[in-house]
Amino acid sequence: MRLELIKRPQQSAFFSAVSPLFALLLTLIAGVIIFTLLGKPPLAALYTYFIEPLSEVWQLHELAIKAGPLIMIAVGLSVAYRSNNWNIGAEGQFIMGGIAGSLIPILVPGFQNFMTLPLMLIFGFAGGALYGAIPALLKTRFNTNEILTSLMLVYVAQLFLDWLARGVFRDPNGNNFPGSIRFPSAARLPEIDPAQGAAHWGFVLSIVAAVIVWAMMQYSLKGFEVKLLGESPRAGRFAGFSSARMVFFAFLLSGGLAGLAGISEVSGAIGQLRENISPGYGFTAIIVAFLGRLNPIGTIAAGLVLALTYLGGEGAQMSLGISDKVARVFQGLILFFVLGCDTLIHYRIRLVFGDPAAKTAAEG
Amino acid sequence: MDMFQNILLTIATASTPLLIAAIGELVVERSGVLNLGVEGMMVIGAVCGFAAALMTGSPWIGVLAAIIAGMLLSLLFGFLAISLATNQVATGLSLTLLGIGLSGMIGENFVGQAGIRLPNLDIPVLTDIPMLGRLIFGQDPLFYISLALTAGVMWFLFKTRTGLTLRAIGDSHKSAHALGINVLKYRYLAVMFGGGCAGLAGAHLSLVYTPQWVENMTAGRGWIALALVVFASWRPWRVIGGAYLFGAVTIGQLHAQALGFGIPSQFLSSLPYVATIVVLVLISRNRRLTVMNTPASLAQPFVPDR
Repeated sequence: MRLELIKRPQQSAFFSAVSPLFALLLTLIAGVIIFTLLGKPPLAALYTYFIEPLSEVWQLHELAIKAGPLIMIAVGLSVAYRSNNWNIGAEGQFIMGGIAGSLIPILVPGFQNFMTLPLMLIFGFAGGALYGAIPALLKTRFNTNEILTSLMLVYVAQLFLDWLARGVFRDPNGNNFPGSIRFPSAARLPEIDPAQGAAHWGFVLSIVAAVIVWAMMQYSLKGFEVKLLGESPRAGRFAGFSSARMVFFAFLLSGGLAGLAGISEVSGAIGQLRENISPGYGFTAIIVAFLGRLNPIGTIAAGLVLALTYLGGEGAQMSLGISDKVARVFQGLILFFVLGCDTLIHYRIRLVFGDPAAKTAAEG
Repeated sequence: MDMFQNILLTIATASTPLLIAAIGELVVERSGVLNLGVEGMMVIGAVCGFAAALMTGSPWIGVLAAIIAGMLLSLLFGFLAISLATNQVATGLSLTLLGIGLSGMIGENFVGQAGIRLPNLDIPVLTDIPMLGRLIFGQDPLFYISLALTAGVMWFLFKTRTGLTLRAIGDSHKSAHALGINVLKYRYLAVMFGGGCAGLAGAHLSLVYTPQWVENMTAGRGWIALALVVFASWRPWRVIGGAYLFGAVTIGQLHAQALGFGIPSQFLSSLPYVATIVVLVLISRNRRLTVMNTPASLAQPFVPDR
């Protein structure tokens, strides 16, 4: 038996729409298999994973806390990937954004007024963008593979943050625990509705970013340039667009949004600079970007789904004793299935039984 | 004098997993496929090797399990990237994410357990030669396997007909297909070889380098292996140089940490990653050389027409 791909004359609009849903369905089926193998009741486990975290208002707030950074990062990544620039170092840009934004409350704790928070957010964006500019510079100037450099910079950023949080930025009154001073309230992103739950304005910022970037991609010349250079660099050059400038645009935007997500997390959810500020958001956001079909609006739905796996993982560990590591397996599987199902958009898949050579001969 | 030999020995131990993983990926890339999942296959190899060795009591069964686990994971990549012609960059990334997740799940019950170490070679008399004995005759078996693998791949790629075919596919899958070569079959085999090597490299980490299981214990070595292939401009013997350079940097920074020098340990720990970037910049700034050496159909999906 053999699998054969037959190119469709044009993209299938049907599969374009349903392929993410199809991928999620396959993930659920895989989930049933995994839970059965682990000796857990599969349906109860799936319920704990995907339904229970949605049953109360405060849980929806928790969902928004996790989804916020994922959406914000994925919006930037979707533009970068559309333009064929493979920034996989968003985790590092997230960290650098968190650090840059934290400079204000840590170094100038007395500066507390209505400008504190906006300045921190600007610093966060700039920190992430500048860190993202390094692989862009190396790619345009020295032709260096951006996948490897952006990834290596993640490790560097993690170690740098570790040094700051344990060293120069450590709270002198913190009993030697790593971590900076707790931010004053003027430096905290406020909660949306404190009476109901803990979600902060970072989630709203992410939605706003998604809508703005979506509009840019849809209606502006820049959006056309991104798509054209991504699909055919040669055609893009004929149109007078510069690939090198696009590399910078892609990395500055995706790095900046990752940095903004980083400072939102530090100033909203955490409230101080710690030695570890991300449970792998920068990497999970890659999955979000693809599940959202590299469309900024699509990343909103995809971000909520992936955030659910984080929450479901915590819930399943508490109530069923299932390791929260299973959540990571789910996340990896989703991306696998999404990529596989996307093939259906461009190709029809045919199973050929028997010896293909004999068959061709018979047809001829 | 024994200290000198000890340092060289630790460098060899640090370099071996890089060499094994990179030589596997080199074959994959020579066939025109870019598998960014090395880190994921390596970490799965590490955990499966560790678990199998612990459960059976035999480190060699662990090595075998690691190779098989790496191959199985690479088949998953192959099915998507080769049969379904998906984007190779994204598929490789998903393999890494999946591998890290799976390894955490599998290894959860093994965290903190004492592992089994693959015993070093010990030949009476020869191993005891002062200065060089342990360096040449007393290392772990995978060290010798890594060198044999490199030599074997050199011979295969440049001295055999099959190797020539594989390189031809990597340079132009369309022409190879027109000549009646089964491109997809070659690519599957190459990808599986790469997966087996990555698994073996992982086994070296959890059965030789530090015989225990720690989550994420590969710590980016799979990615460094990918960088080594670029650094070596797709030539097997240059991978040895690259791998040992990185082994030396890794060990050097560990010694520097032990000595202190007043440099924060985090800065020293980041040296191997910074070195990777610097080396990549140096090697790829010569645009013409890179273009000349890169397999021309690298990372391009191939769908045979009928």
